[in-house]
Amino acid sequence: MSPMRCEIVTQERVVFDQMVDMVVAPGSEGELGILPRHIPLLTALEAGELFVKAGEQEESFAISGGFMEVRPDQVSVLARTAEHAEEIDMARAEAARERAEQLLREGPPPDPDQYRRIEAALRRSQVRLTVVRKRRPRPGPGPMMETRE
Amino acid sequence: MATERELRKRIRSVTNIGQVTRALEAVSASKVRKAQSRVLATRPYALKAWEVLVHLASQTVGTEELHPLLETREEIKAVTILLLSSDRGLCGAFNANIVRKALEFGRARDLPTILVTVGRKGRDQMYRAGQTIGADFGKLPDDPSILDVTPIAHALIDDFAQGRADVVYLAYMEFVNTLVQRPVVRRLLPLRPEITEDQPVADYLTDGPRPPEERLEYIYEPSAVAILDEVLPRFTELQIYQAVLESQASEHSARMVAMRNASDNAEALVQDLTLARNKARQAAITGELLDIAGGAEALAQARQAA
Repeated sequence: MSPMRCEIVTQERVVFDQMVDMVVAPGSEGELGILPRHIPLLTALEAGELFVKAGEQEESFAISGGFMEVRPDQVSVLARTAEHAEEIDMARAEAARERAEQLLREGPPPDPDQYRRIEAALRRSQVRLTVVRKRRPRPGPGPMMETRE
Repeated sequence: MATERELRKRIRSVTNIGQVTRALEAVSASKVRKAQSRVLATRPYALKAWEVLVHLASQTVGTEELHPLLETREEIKAVTILLLSSDRGLCGAFNANIVRKALEFGRARDLPTILVTVGRKGRDQMYRAGQTIGADFGKLPDDPSILDVTPIAHALIDDFAQGRADVVYLAYMEFVNTLVQRPVVRRLLPLRPEITEDQPVADYLTDGPRPPEERLEYIYEPSAVAILDEVLPRFTELQIYQAVLESQASEHSARMVAMRNASDNAEALVQDLTLARNKARQAAITGELLDIAGGAEALAQARQAA
């Protein structure tokens, strides 16, 4: 029996709610792994990959910022957006990345705010693509994927 | 008196209208359910975020210093009201009720009030009432996502943070059930974690599971303020989102009821008209019979005379 409950919610819905053994989240101060009986913690989250492990099973999510509350027996992720690896629209993420890269190539916009927004959009699309690539079978060897018999 | 032909035409058109209103009623009924399930889905986030908020606020004395959105201002010089109404009519007194409530609320305070409107009907009525409209967010889709309301939250937070408003209220139709919707005005900003009652989100917090009362000592990464920076805007967005969904559920129920009444009226009207048509037809037949009888009688008399 897995000893820790993990819920991932966004403002619109509950994305994930299960008992797990480990949560790895993109904290604002760097990636952090949470095991059961962790000390209470509140942390901001960056855009990145969040994955949870329950027994042999691993689930991966692309999140774009938010925050996380950790208790000894429970992890709550309140993400701005969260998508399970299988829900991600790869074509859309690819298009978003190209758009952002194109904008950055055209030279940095004069407005620093706008620059930051483009950069954030770029990061979000990259996160989505990494999560998809890592979790979906594809030709050629990839890191930690493809359960081989 | 109308002829039978005219009556038949009217019966046909009334029947058609009855069918249209019946269809609209069914459409609204399904939209009510959709909006309701959407608003319920926001609850887990609301509960958790509120918990964290209450916790963070209780950690530090003098919450006001912690974050600008928590600051309760001593002197209230300007008020902003976010008014949620509908884009379309045919929904009974829905828009009139919420507009009246917002106007009364504004008058009772007698402070410079700026309205931010969502929904065409509310905007137009407020405009006619001579109110100042600071911003208008039009055309929310029927099935809005949180992204549709973030710009609204953004604008209001900006107004509040920069002192154009010292307090921001949210006026909308609260969904009680299909037959009852209540116009309410609730405070949106500043957020006051210690008082739950008059927050728009209150309904979703009260009957949820309460967190254990044990005091947990948290580590903050990077800092409590950084986390508030994330939680507060998100929470404000969520409150508006929930209100928008409630307002839509209310609008659709109001329309559903209005349409049901219209269908019922159409049915009654068809009955009346049918009766009138039968009478008219009978009168016409009687008239024709008399004509024929009179004609036959005249012929018979003419023959006798001949």
